Amino acid sequence: MPEYAVEVFNLVRTYSDGKVRALDDVSLQVPTGQVFGLLGPNGSGKTTMIRILSTILSPSSGKATVAGFDVVKQPNQVRRHIGLAGQNATVDENLTGFENLRMVGLLNHLNKAYVVAKSHQLLDDFGLSDAAHRTTTTYSGGMRRRLDLAAALVANPPILFLDEPTTGLDPQSRQDLWAIIEHLVEGGTTVLLTTQYLDEADRLAKQLVVLDHGKIIAEGTSAQLKAQMGTTVLALTFASTDDALRAKPLLADLSTHPANIEGTVIELTVEDGPRVTADALRRIDAATISLSGLALREPSLDDVFLSLTGHRADDVTESDVAPDERRERRRAHA
Amino acid sequence: MSTLPASTSTHSPLRWAVSDVLTIARRNLLTLVRIPTAMVFLIIQPIMFVILFRYVFGGVINIPHTSYVNYLIPGILVQTTIFGSVGTAIGLAEDLQKGLIERFRALPMARLAVLAGRTVSDLFRNVLVLVIITGVGFLVGFRPDGGFVGYIQACFLMLIFAYCLSWGFAYVGLAAPNSEAAQAMTFPVIFPLTFASAIFVPVAKMPGWLRPFAINQPVSQTATAVRGLMLGTPHGQSTWIALMWSLGAILVLAPLAVNRYRKVA
Repeated sequence: MPEYAVEVFNLVRTYSDGKVRALDDVSLQVPTGQVFGLLGPNGSGKTTMIRILSTILSPSSGKATVAGFDVVKQPNQVRRHIGLAGQNATVDENLTGFENLRMVGLLNHLNKAYVVAKSHQLLDDFGLSDAAHRTTTTYSGGMRRRLDLAAALVANPPILFLDEPTTGLDPQSRQDLWAIIEHLVEGGTTVLLTTQYLDEADRLAKQLVVLDHGKIIAEGTSAQLKAQMGTTVLALTFASTDDALRAKPLLADLSTHPANIEGTVIELTVEDGPRVTADALRRIDAATISLSGLALREPSLDDVFLSLTGHRADDVTESDVAPDERRERRRAHA
Repeated sequence: MSTLPASTSTHSPLRWAVSDVLTIARRNLLTLVRIPTAMVFLIIQPIMFVILFRYVFGGVINIPHTSYVNYLIPGILVQTTIFGSVGTAIGLAEDLQKGLIERFRALPMARLAVLAGRTVSDLFRNVLVLVIITGVGFLVGFRPDGGFVGYIQACFLMLIFAYCLSWGFAYVGLAAPNSEAAQAMTFPVIFPLTFASAIFVPVAKMPGWLRPFAINQPVSQTATAVRGLMLGTPHGQSTWIALMWSLGAILVLAPLAVNRYRKVA
């Protein structure tokens, strides 16, 4: 396996005759044996990237290699080295869990005895052995995701692409999947993960890039990104918009990034939560402005976006979203 | 996690392609087992056509030299296999809609296996339907005189024709936005081909403007050949014409479908 499991050079993918640039000159390198995170909101180009790297979609320009093989010129070599799973949990509803795994194993051209044994082992490992011979229509969302991931692992691929693996899952199922992914990486698998959640990227990914409108707007380790934007968000709610507007100039210098005001709420990005909170309260009190609520929280992806781009993560209009992602989302909502 | 040997066998690419087609076909046929109602409806429709034409219209239709039921059943069998090949469009549209085709594209399997596997499983389904409807035909008085060999030749002919046609429906299935639309899109093709044909009534009684189409179109030629083979009556060159239509259809339609498959997803 080369030093970098995935290398992407100046990748561009356009839709609608070039009007929509789903990926706009993206370059990145994923070191072998790590979890690498692609962080971004809907429509930022994450899914397009995964689809190109898994040879489903061809790039408009630029170059990408997976396990050292070119995704355009050597797609079959690429396919032999990857597993793909994601938010859509593309399992065949008319087959049982076991039949799904067997089908994927046989289509990977592994021998039958191995496929059968491996399928049972994976169903066991992922807590699906009781449901192995039920059709997947009877599975819960978490079970479907686990089966989808198991299908991606039947051929023991050294590289795994996970497209928003925990989006829409309950907290327990998320924890379960995280544990599985961590276990895989301990075994030497390289994981390229897309996510909308900072906590997920923080927990799993050693290195991250943040995508926005098809461009990389930040990269580094999760700690570097957090340091870049402060570690805590202090949200102060006032009785009226007037009060909030009066308070803002008093508090502006406490925030490491420009303070954000929305209606009656002011949000400050701060380094030292408790100290700054006490400070903020003293100032508000001294100015006799009445405060109706207060919260300290971890920064969300929204906050990362706000501090990196000046706009919120969910500001993406439908026309900015690549056609394939629109279809994915419709499918996910269906 | 992997205590088992990573054991990729070393078959030739052709053997793997065949294996992939069979894996996909088997998966499609499992769907048939899991959703038996789909199969029931596939059979109920031709049975209703048999009853309608045999007992409702049949009394007023006179066929020279044979009974109407002997004329009708070969036609119904042809119609049923053609309707069966419409399933190719619906099945592929569903796979596309559910994202399964995308999943297949990320696997190191033979490129054509998704299309070939689908058409092969639909062919197999048509064989089953042929057997069942033949049984129904015998129950309502169908007594062909063409012998066993003629019967088998007729079955092969219509299966070949329906198989070649199913590549066209594969194209429709891949072009349709969803499976409901796929089914609706096949209707304008299927309806004139099956009803303005020699399937239910002799084309000689049709109006002059319709007759040239009704006589020469591929479904009529196939129906005429199938009927001739089953009943042991002369049917001109229709067997060869039907085979030529089949060959022409697959040569045109299969590349269209394959090309469409490359573009989707």
